[in-house]
Amino acid sequence: MKESLEIRWHGRGGQGAKTAALLLADVAFETGKHVQGFPEYGPERMGAPITAYNRISDQPIRLHTNIYEPDYVVVVDETLLEAVDVTAGLKKEGGILVNTKRSAEEIRPLLHSYEGKVYTVDARRISMESLGKYFPNSPMLGAIVSICNIMEKERFFTEMRKLFQHKFAKKPEVVEGNMKALEMAYMEVSDV
Amino acid sequence: MSRKDRLSGNEAVAIAMRQINPDVMPAFPITPSTEIPQYFSNFVANGQVDTEFIPVESEHSAMSAAIGAEAAGARTLTATSSCGMAFMWEELYVASSNRLPIAMALVNRALSGPININADHSDAMGARDTGWIQIFSENNQEAYDNFVMAYPIAEHEDVHLPIMICQDGFITSHAVENIVIEDDDDVKKFVGEYEPKHFLLNADEPLAVGPYSVTNYYMEARRAQAEAMAHVPGVVLEVAKKFESIFGRHYGLIESYRMEDADYAFVLMGSAAGTMKEYVDGLRKEGEKVGLVKVRMFRPFPAKEVAQALSHVKAVAVLDRAESFNNVGGPLSGEVLRALFLQKVRCEAADYVYGLGGRDLLMEHVRSVLEDLKKLCAGETLPAFYRYLGVRE
Repeated sequence: MKESLEIRWHGRGGQGAKTAALLLADVAFETGKHVQGFPEYGPERMGAPITAYNRISDQPIRLHTNIYEPDYVVVVDETLLEAVDVTAGLKKEGGILVNTKRSAEEIRPLLHSYEGKVYTVDARRISMESLGKYFPNSPMLGAIVSICNIMEKERFFTEMRKLFQHKFAKKPEVVEGNMKALEMAYMEVSDV
Repeated sequence: MSRKDRLSGNEAVAIAMRQINPDVMPAFPITPSTEIPQYFSNFVANGQVDTEFIPVESEHSAMSAAIGAEAAGARTLTATSSCGMAFMWEELYVASSNRLPIAMALVNRALSGPININADHSDAMGARDTGWIQIFSENNQEAYDNFVMAYPIAEHEDVHLPIMICQDGFITSHAVENIVIEDDDDVKKFVGEYEPKHFLLNADEPLAVGPYSVTNYYMEARRAQAEAMAHVPGVVLEVAKKFESIFGRHYGLIESYRMEDADYAFVLMGSAAGTMKEYVDGLRKEGEKVGLVKVRMFRPFPAKEVAQALSHVKAVAVLDRAESFNNVGGPLSGEVLRALFLQKVRCEAADYVYGLGGRDLLMEHVRSVLEDLKKLCAGETLPAFYRYLGVRE
């Protein structure tokens, strides 16, 4: 297990990147970590690029800044690859996860000269198959936890089930779909 | 039993308010403090508190209603930010001069313009001379703890002044972090019941609140108010000591970090203090003898404590998260330099404005400050009285 980790999320307003970052903070907290999960607010509106962040550590976290040199970057909407410099500051020992049906080999040329690992997952297909609607945040959460080795797999799923049961207390019928989305993405995410 | 949790700063403060269960909460929403009355109105709807929640039509009305309720003898609180508190301005003076111990959660945000929703201390600095006690929080835990301590300070019979508990908008208000939440009953017991000695709804003691004062009395009223403020530091420390004995977390008027043998000191407030602790550790690893003085209580200003903490340094840099437009420096540096001068502490000093409208304080900024301090110590002078950090010129 890694001792500390910094993740930057890129999404578009309404896709749930902030929710995913807060859920990652929740589940990491439940596994005993110190966490931060926070959005960067601009003039938000549906469809505009947004950024959210996670710090996860075994030690108390004192830094209160955005993350400029993340270990991992998650791109929830692949059209952002053209609009935002998503690999800015990204450590080459880390990696980038992109929501796309394309392969990691196809995505790499779009990432300027990023040298680290490139991971892809088809969150749209997974979301449609598991939830019947397009909510990319659960698949992206499952995929990033799979990649970044910050918590035990079984613990992750156990705690996420509890969190979903709490979060969706008024619509418990979506818990199984979200769990399935997490699991599918956790297994399917692939890299180069 | 206390419990470990992870909460945003806004949710943490709302929980403190639920545990306090005040009599009245008038509030009007404004980013980034909106979530506080939002969470609290849920507690009201769920019957978790029996507070009279008044959804007023403006911040001016929020503070007016708070003044009326508190004068009547009811424990009252509210929350606001930025232009919201600016709209309360005249009422802030009415609250303090009538010695009404209202508690306010101020989620610090820049003032217009350009319009901006992110953190700086302009709003609090605009209210620094209103007669309110002002306490700043570094993180969510401090925002919560400071709010738990708010009423025992404000309602203390030697004080009886309103208090604002500040935290940085979005940086802590919307960031989920680890936190310890204390047991409801322990918090209630710590805060205690509010039993005002004098209040409007006391038929046995008819009372006038807010009457006109002729010139012959006005200065005496102000002098009495200043006397109450003079009692605040002792009470803040007394309350902090009791808080530590029950909940285990230590608070002072300031916090000194790695200052014991520091040659160069940074002074600032709020969430950037945590960031600066990381940078101080980083610079210490490189052999730089640097330290941090975090000002927790800004009003009244702990001048002796700040001067004492800085008494052995070669140079100090004061970092202000607000502009004063006086061509000399920010409001915090004005206080710090006056404290040094009056306490006869002589060292080099430099002032900076940082972090306006939510901009981050970065290590490269702090390195440039340290370079400046070393230049000063070598006999060089810096251009201008104060400088901006991380700005495009």
